[in-house]
Amino acid sequence: MATQAATLAGAIPARHRIIARRRIAERVIVGLLALATLASIAILVTILSYVIIQGIPAINLEFFTQRPKPFGEVGGGVQPALVGTLVLAAVAGAIAIPVGIAAAIFVVEYRSGRFATPVRFAAELIAGLPSIVVGVFVWAFLVRGLIGHFAALAGAVALAVIMVPIVARTVEEVLKLVPNSLREAALALGAPRWKVILRIVVPTARAGIITASVLALARAAGETAPLLLTALGNDFFSTDLLRPIGALPLQIYRYAISPYDDWHTKAWGTSLVLVLVIGIVALLLRVVARERVR
Amino acid sequence: MSITMRDTKTTERSADQAATQPAAEATAKGTAVRVEHLDAWYGTHHAISGVTLDFPAGTVTAVIGPSGCGKSTLVRCLNRMHEVTPGARARGGVFIGDVDVYSPYADPVEVRSMVGMVFQKPNPFPMMSVYDNVIAGPRLRGWKMKRREADDLVERNLRRAALWDEVKDKLHRSGGALSGGQQQRLCIARALATDPSVLLMDEPCSALDPIATYKIEELLRELSSEVTIVIVTHNMQQASRVSEHTAFMLAGDDSVGRLVEFGRTDGVFTNPKDKRTEAYITGRFG
Repeated sequence: MATQAATLAGAIPARHRIIARRRIAERVIVGLLALATLASIAILVTILSYVIIQGIPAINLEFFTQRPKPFGEVGGGVQPALVGTLVLAAVAGAIAIPVGIAAAIFVVEYRSGRFATPVRFAAELIAGLPSIVVGVFVWAFLVRGLIGHFAALAGAVALAVIMVPIVARTVEEVLKLVPNSLREAALALGAPRWKVILRIVVPTARAGIITASVLALARAAGETAPLLLTALGNDFFSTDLLRPIGALPLQIYRYAISPYDDWHTKAWGTSLVLVLVIGIVALLLRVVARERVR
Repeated sequence: MSITMRDTKTTERSADQAATQPAAEATAKGTAVRVEHLDAWYGTHHAISGVTLDFPAGTVTAVIGPSGCGKSTLVRCLNRMHEVTPGARARGGVFIGDVDVYSPYADPVEVRSMVGMVFQKPNPFPMMSVYDNVIAGPRLRGWKMKRREADDLVERNLRRAALWDEVKDKLHRSGGALSGGQQQRLCIARALATDPSVLLMDEPCSALDPIATYKIEELLRELSSEVTIVIVTHNMQQASRVSEHTAFMLAGDDSVGRLVEFGRTDGVFTNPKDKRTEAYITGRFG
């Protein structure tokens, strides 16, 4: 009895010490995690607010409706670049989104197929390519080759090459989230495989597929390097796919490297417009994606 | 190499089985599904071996047995859903009416069109309304229907699944908004909508509460006059309540599932012919 009481008495302070240490460790870890989260949010907020503060003075109606002024002149806007970015994103999206979705469907739904692994591997390799390398490639094949000169189409193709793996890999993850029980239910109803995919699997994953497309569009709309070698940039309004076309990132670059304060403000304004365009497109697609069945 | 091993096993067992397995009593309506020497594998795992039995038409047949005895596999072989699992295959004979399900000329999509299937967990299509769920089968098969015909088909099958009164005011709401039991009856309505001759149910009540289970059991009794029902269950009370015939399956020490006994449910439960059936039914294992 006596010995037992003694051991217990000795054990309790030791146990307290362990619990105290565990609590401290817990707090330290939670604190570090919170700090990291705070830091990443702070970076985002800082960049966004700085772009807004610096960009607002450049924003007026003229900024959206006029083309850039000749080098050194005050005034002018980003209208050709804004239209150009929308055209480039639309054409690149029209090429890349169906291809990316199709590749993802193939990899997920026919994973027993012999080509699924090579397809996924290829997507990962392309995703790892620096975007300027994609630009050089398209420049060599389209600008120097098939088309023969700088053209919006070449820019769109370059952006599409960058988008395909993003769409494919994100949609792949989304399709994997569709419960297998739904595929089985549809197959058991006597539906052929392709109909199960198009009518059940894809609609179920629709919200995720749209998110994936938005992600890829946002990434493409912000690309600069491949456009330098393909779309080139254009200070005049153009929607001709076979002519050079402007783009917001190119315009930011042109304004920012100039020696004029007015043009620097315009570079910030253009940055703000680019951020807004991406934000608005994302928002619109999300509204469209809202579930029909309530 | 594996082929020879497999064949020896099968022959070993067929003698054993002939003794324990009485021929199915012929009912007035005959046989809906005939299974002959059916073997099924998942990759290299031999799941069921040498299953031979006749599912009588227009009745409920329960397939019982402990976990891993191959009862779900057997049912999934009947409409060629087994092979949907990567690496799974089956060999042997399954005949639905006069259709040879495993003939090289049989099309799995066609086979599945003749058979309805209800799964363990209710799985209505979440992005579809109640209405669209019921009509999903005909639509997926490309049936051409006028609006009126579609409405009639939806109402008729929701009534057959005893769900109409509960959902008639929310036909265009999401099927996922219903309770678990309602969802399962919605899945039954969906399976019935293509007028299958056979309805396969793979533990349809195991995710449901007792009241929802009771409703489904009621429904099975009503439906059995118009469609042949095969129900997999690990609940022996359920088997004895709903079925006219019972098949008992068991996996041996080699973990290969085999049919141990098949007969009228009252016979299997009150006077089992096989010692293993008796042991299982009296709760000595499983």
